[in-house]
Amino acid sequence: MKHTQPTYLVSLLAALIVLTVPLHVCAQEQRKTAWGEPDLAGAYTEFTIAPLERPEELGTKEYFTPAEAEIFQLQRLEEVNQDDETEPGTQADVHYDFGTYALSANEGITSPNLRTSIIIIPNNGRIPPLVPAAITRRDARGDARLGHEFDGPENRSLTERCIVWPSTLPPILPGGYNSNLQIFQSPGYVIIQGEMGDPRIIPTDGRIVTDSLPQWIGNSTGRWEGATLVIETTGFNDNTAWRNATANMHVTEWLTRLDDDTVEYRFRVEDPQTWAEPWEGVYPLTNLNGLLFEYACTEGNYGMANILSGERAVEQQAEKQ
Amino acid sequence: MKPFFITLFLQILLAAQQVYAAGPLIEFPRASDGHPDFSGVWQTLSSAHWNIEPHVAAAAVLPALGAQFAVPPGMGVVAGGTIPYLPEAKAQRDRNFTARLLEDPEGKCYLGGVPRSTYMPYPFQIFQNINEIVMVYQFATGLRRINVGGTEEAPLDSWMGWSNARWDGDTLLVEVSGLNGLTWLDRAGNYASANARITESYTPLGPNHVLYEVTIIDATVFAQPWKISMPLYRIVDADFRLLEFKCEQFAEEKLYGHLRKPEAQ
Repeated sequence: MKHTQPTYLVSLLAALIVLTVPLHVCAQEQRKTAWGEPDLAGAYTEFTIAPLERPEELGTKEYFTPAEAEIFQLQRLEEVNQDDETEPGTQADVHYDFGTYALSANEGITSPNLRTSIIIIPNNGRIPPLVPAAITRRDARGDARLGHEFDGPENRSLTERCIVWPSTLPPILPGGYNSNLQIFQSPGYVIIQGEMGDPRIIPTDGRIVTDSLPQWIGNSTGRWEGATLVIETTGFNDNTAWRNATANMHVTEWLTRLDDDTVEYRFRVEDPQTWAEPWEGVYPLTNLNGLLFEYACTEGNYGMANILSGERAVEQQAEKQ
Repeated sequence: MKPFFITLFLQILLAAQQVYAAGPLIEFPRASDGHPDFSGVWQTLSSAHWNIEPHVAAAAVLPALGAQFAVPPGMGVVAGGTIPYLPEAKAQRDRNFTARLLEDPEGKCYLGGVPRSTYMPYPFQIFQNINEIVMVYQFATGLRRINVGGTEEAPLDSWMGWSNARWDGDTLLVEVSGLNGLTWLDRAGNYASANARITESYTPLGPNHVLYEVTIIDATVFAQPWKISMPLYRIVDADFRLLEFKCEQFAEEKLYGHLRKPEAQ
């Protein structure tokens, strides 16, 4: 019996395919930097259809079915695209329209996610209640601001002042827009930079910070546990007050590459002076297939000047009457 | 007798070669690809941030601030001493100087751009990977991403510019374009426009020193290309880390003070 050449080649090809498939899978699992650490580098979008907190009516339901997820996504996009019924000529009518280009969730990549919420602990998928001391702090801040919201720049939010965008702090959470981040690695360091944030320089040797200098973005130290980068952050200052937290907030983050396009981002937030229990969340970071560009906030902060001068104009108008 | 002298001569030659070869470059750390590894924390030591041209000491911009905030003297970092401005550009520089209290972008906490960020009197940290180098500057947490081997033109303007780098032996050459022309070169009002093309070079000088040189080409401002040159000094302090210098809140009075609600009468 004569083996025809095509048969021989087909067998050879089949053998090669069978042999290389496991190697390909191994290569993805073992993606490493030039110096042998797990490779987390890339530009990612944080935007995911799962909301931070689970809608109350879903209870402890952690996952949608694909069909349910599709309906939920359409509903959510419809909600943000709706024209708000705000009265023209009022302050409430001046707001971002998230249905417009560049703000609409339809425009960019959305991380695939069947979860019903980013928060997974507690099991209702919602931020635990504030402890009484935190409520007191929050209300005191609110009271101090009342009637003085436009007195000067220090009365405006940290974002309007271009000091810090809370969504770029640890823990990193998708925000209204520009929910992108870049991860850069070099021997001994990982830098995580939210698009609208300051670069977080994270040493990966697990070092303890020896000074006690608080920072707006806290002090982060990292260590590798297998393929996961574990980051501990403490040392926030008193002014960050992320979601009413104190300077004693402790954030733990875990970053693990799942495949070429995805890094899992998991976090835990602890602050007994703010929340009755620690809470945790998880969501995927998806490859942006693009660049992040410089976000020079204070350099282009026309908003602050316009907000304050607008209020001065309103006051002058009122005086004339 | 002769072979002895020949051997001696050869031994001396070999020894001399070894001494020459065992120069500073061998002690400078090297990356896994064999190139010098510029990773670490660096800072310059000069008064270039006040004025890159040679200058004598001068009063503070607000004399009431006294001697502490007076302008220290400087030998200058400009090759040849003087920046070759075109006549109209020099007039602009002089107007910048007169208006510096209000107009210096640094006072507004605006990003320092390139090359000013390098010689601000604050540390900066270099993170070197094979294809990408990141530099983080303490002032206003400026950040540059440098594409090693990159050739793409700047897709848009920015404060910190668009940087492509290549190796020339042990020298890292960085071409910077896409600068927006809104930064200054120092506190004395020296400046370049958005047409500027900057070439930086980083060359190890010793285990803890790097020679930093910058060529600036901008035909709309300068009569010819010119160069600045200064060493970078490695920060060797134990446990040193780059602390935040988020100056936005310190610039609010300057930027928005005139828009505050007037005090009630």
